[in-house]
Amino acid sequence: MPTPISRDDVARVAQLARLTLTDDELDRFTGQLGAVLDHARDIEALDIDDVPPTAHPYPLVNVLRADEVGATLDRDEVLAQAPSAEDGRFRVPTILGQEP
Amino acid sequence: MSDPLDSARAIAAAVRSGSVSATEVLEAHLAGIAAHGDAIAAFNHVMVDEARAAAAAVDAAVARGDDPGPLAGVPIALKDNLCTRGVPTTCSSKILEGWRPPYDATVVQRVLAAGAVPVGKTNLDEFAMGSSTEHSAFGPTRNPWDLERVPGGSSGGSAAAVAAGFAPIALGSDTGGSIRQPASLCGVVGVKPTYGLVSRYGLVAFASSLDQIGPFATTVSDAADLLGVIAGHDPLDSTSIPDAAADLGPAVAAGRNGDLAGVRVGVIAELDGDGIDADVRAQLDAAARAIEDAGGHVATTSVPAVTYGLSAYYLIAPAEASSNLARYDGVRYGNRVEGATTGEMMDATRTAGFGDEVKRRIMLGTYALSAGYYDAYYGKAQRVRTLMQRDFAEAYASFDVLLAPTAPTVAFPFGAKDDPPTMYLSDVCTIPSNLAGHPAMSVPFGAGQDGLPVGVQVLAPTLGESVMFRVAAALEAAAPLVGRAPHAAPPIGGVR
Amino acid sequence: MSDQSATEAAYVVEGSEGDRWAIVVGLEVHVELATATKLFCACPNVFGDEPNTNVCPTCLGLPGSLPVLNRNAVELAMRIGRALRCTVEPSVFARKNYFYPDMPKDYQVSQYDKPINVDGELALPDGTVVGIERAHLEEDTGKNTHAGGGGRIHDADYSLIDYNRAGVPLVEIVSRPDIRTPDQARAYVAELRQLLVAIGASDARMEEASMRVDANVSVRPEGTTELGTRCEIKNLNSIRSLGRAIEYEARRQVDLLETGERVRQETRHWDEDGGRTRPGRSKEEAEDYRYFDEPDLVPVAPDEAWQAAVDANLPELPASRRARLAERAGRPTTDGGVALTVERDLDALAHAAMDAGGDPARVLTHVEHNVPVEAAGGLDPAQLADLVRLELDGALTATQAKTVLAEVIASGRPPADIAAERGFEAMDTSALEGTIDEIIAANPTEWDDYVHGDDARRGKLTGFFTGQVMKATKGQADGKVVNQLLGARRAAALAGE
Ligand SMILES: [Mg+2]
Ligand SMILES: [Zn+2]
Repeated sequence: MPTPISRDDVARVAQLARLTLTDDELDRFTGQLGAVLDHARDIEALDIDDVPPTAHPYPLVNVLRADEVGATLDRDEVLAQAPSAEDGRFRVPTILGQEP
Repeated sequence: MSDPLDSARAIAAAVRSGSVSATEVLEAHLAGIAAHGDAIAAFNHVMVDEARAAAAAVDAAVARGDDPGPLAGVPIALKDNLCTRGVPTTCSSKILEGWRPPYDATVVQRVLAAGAVPVGKTNLDEFAMGSSTEHSAFGPTRNPWDLERVPGGSSGGSAAAVAAGFAPIALGSDTGGSIRQPASLCGVVGVKPTYGLVSRYGLVAFASSLDQIGPFATTVSDAADLLGVIAGHDPLDSTSIPDAAADLGPAVAAGRNGDLAGVRVGVIAELDGDGIDADVRAQLDAAARAIEDAGGHVATTSVPAVTYGLSAYYLIAPAEASSNLARYDGVRYGNRVEGATTGEMMDATRTAGFGDEVKRRIMLGTYALSAGYYDAYYGKAQRVRTLMQRDFAEAYASFDVLLAPTAPTVAFPFGAKDDPPTMYLSDVCTIPSNLAGHPAMSVPFGAGQDGLPVGVQVLAPTLGESVMFRVAAALEAAAPLVGRAPHAAPPIGGVR
Repeated sequence: MSDQSATEAAYVVEGSEGDRWAIVVGLEVHVELATATKLFCACPNVFGDEPNTNVCPTCLGLPGSLPVLNRNAVELAMRIGRALRCTVEPSVFARKNYFYPDMPKDYQVSQYDKPINVDGELALPDGTVVGIERAHLEEDTGKNTHAGGGGRIHDADYSLIDYNRAGVPLVEIVSRPDIRTPDQARAYVAELRQLLVAIGASDARMEEASMRVDANVSVRPEGTTELGTRCEIKNLNSIRSLGRAIEYEARRQVDLLETGERVRQETRHWDEDGGRTRPGRSKEEAEDYRYFDEPDLVPVAPDEAWQAAVDANLPELPASRRARLAERAGRPTTDGGVALTVERDLDALAHAAMDAGGDPARVLTHVEHNVPVEAAGGLDPAQLADLVRLELDGALTATQAKTVLAEVIASGRPPADIAAERGFEAMDTSALEGTIDEIIAANPTEWDDYVHGDDARRGKLTGFFTGQVMKATKGQADGKVVNQLLGARRAAALAGE
């Protein structure tokens, strides 16, 4: 059973989720997430390793479409919604760090 | 206009017969919204232009002699997490404020094709995360029964819009009770269909394996009609069930006639005890008696896994949400807060764009999926989901439908459940159906403290909508009259 | 299967003290599938269109959009799997979560713990067998262009993103660490490329990035079996840079280990201009991808009928084509001309000419040297067989045959007609003998060298004398006959000494 969520855990999770937290928020969220996870201890205690997981409530398999070209969006309509665009493309600031 | 036009069925019939125009119906509703809309704050955006165009198109079709469809001229409110082409779709989040999707959700296409007239986009808890509509970036919606109380959530705007008479029908989405619980608190009918019965294409995702779109209505038959329009296979949603949706008409008719002969109804013992208010339990008991009066058999049954529903839900839903909400990064649409690098821009955008409840759930879900915790949290919760299906299957071996409260309480005052775990308990009765993928609906049944409406919930197994609607229609027919919400617009058609 | 199947390397990196280090390489190859549409939406899968014109709600990751799997992409993935002798398994898509602006949803949909193809192998022309761990389906990302500043990722002022490529179907083929030399790595990629093209799964062009190779490289003392810490090398844009990068990286790791340092597990990027690998992000501080099953997609479990149909439609693979052609033409399987002919897809033409009675060895020689790929379609195999027959009958010399073949290809007319028109007829040997004697007499020093020099020298001088004979006969002489006559005169000269 995992140990209670720590302030460091919350800081790491916030970083993974690309959220910046103030010190106050870090404290508050640590408490709140801890309370929810505390509630989840009832299922942590269940011995159900032999029960298979359910990912989809309605079991379907092989849902496939034909390889046929359909409609595309109008580029101007799409780029009109972009925070920043240039030259038919979406514009973003410098990308630091290599692609994973 | 002299016939009562306070149901979708009555409006559609009148419009199709030509006795009233869609435009007249719309203008009457827009007048109601103009007079009472600010007090309730059900809408993020009223679609005046689009509604007038749609109503005119229906009227033109009638004039041509064409069939405008089963929802001809019926005003409909759309939860603001359903994509509407060219019309702002915000999910009540600052991060999407001003976004105009380049496409319509499948359900939006279907209601428009059926002749419905979209009057506006309704308020919700940000990204549908909440049970009170207090977590909207644009302020809360107020309950038409008591302006100091919440309408429930997350589809609080849609529930309030129907209860306030702004539209006879509305669409909402239900991930853990977000249609049924506000329906209960606002005294209207709310349905969460079988997972996969209604296409999710164009529904802004919260938790993909739980989300399902469904109707709000003032009557069970209106809810059935609207479900009939939106249900059915959609090739754009891989989780859409291929079979054709059942015709609910005969089941609703049987229920309205008080015919529940031979229907076996189990009251879920685990949801009829601690944590459920006495006035809610009293109405549940009354509902059980009404079912017996209509010829149904009622007994108490056990679905042990429902006690683990909340825990499993608050791991699975945030986990999926943490991934679904990653795309709000300031690159392609929505709002951006600038930064020196793309990473800083994304951090700033997300930090400023999301409210606290959304951040909480994103972080919770990120944690539940992260290395070292997956098995204990997300993986475990998915196994609980299997238990839930097994336990329900066992109950459904003996019962056709199950009965439970929809919400533990009537509508509560603003700020009453500020503490997240307390708020989460609002969904204890509704979550199990989402985890199992089963249909469930809330039907108004009498009133509790301060004359506030109470809903009872009818649960059914996968694709058991017919028997569910039959029981719901019988409950509606037997329900004690509680009148109209005090802060509703006057009914149109001049007769009440 | 690693150590048994791979030929143990002759390739070693020598340390400063004379220690010998072996290298271990595994390759991850991403190939774009040759479908009409993207993996999860109906947008065209086309290279080189105007930016952001092949996009829809799904591949732009718009709120509310959902994926639907392309049947043909599954089919092509299965073809790849079966061509690599993999087992096709029921598979599940997962989300790999990380933020990157060219990825519309900020997660990549990819197969994680349940890939569609597992446990295969690829035999290289030299006989080395490289194990295939898996070959799974996933979606491609968009494309960043770095603008302003120096225009590179590090010093750009900003970037522009085109999502036309986002959602294009990829199969990622992961080899086992069975590769032991840079040559094997190159051969693996070349062989894989040929196989993918042959089965119609991908055009596999490294220069258009429709085939992308990452190399996992580690080193260990020669003769040991424990795997060293590996680095993943990205940004390899050609087969040539793959080999160079492996050589560089192996040297770098050996140098580190010899100075008592350790190799850090990390992603490194090949710098083609600098001829070196540079560090990317360290894997130890890497992202936590938070994989989980994609709830918007359902499992894919091709049934037996579908798998059987894929098997039945699989064309003969390059390795088998090479073996069949080599055997028929009497050459070794590893022969370069055989490989080239198969790679150019000209083996069918060669077989057809052989079927029409053409001498297999001569047919292959012509197809290898004298049939341009782009003209091959216009060549009637029966005419090639006729040409070879004329040649073997002595009616045409090799040089004449080449000239005639070019005209057959250009005009489609029978070789005999062309030969007659041109007045080609092989000179008779008696006429040649006189010419050769004249030339020997005119070049005594060269002749002496030819008779007494070593093989290499004599080889050169064979060329010299043949050239002289051709000049004197205006190309009418048969090179083979000239060679025979020169040999006979040398034997006579030696016997007379
Ligand atoms: Mg990959
Ligand atoms: Zn697309």
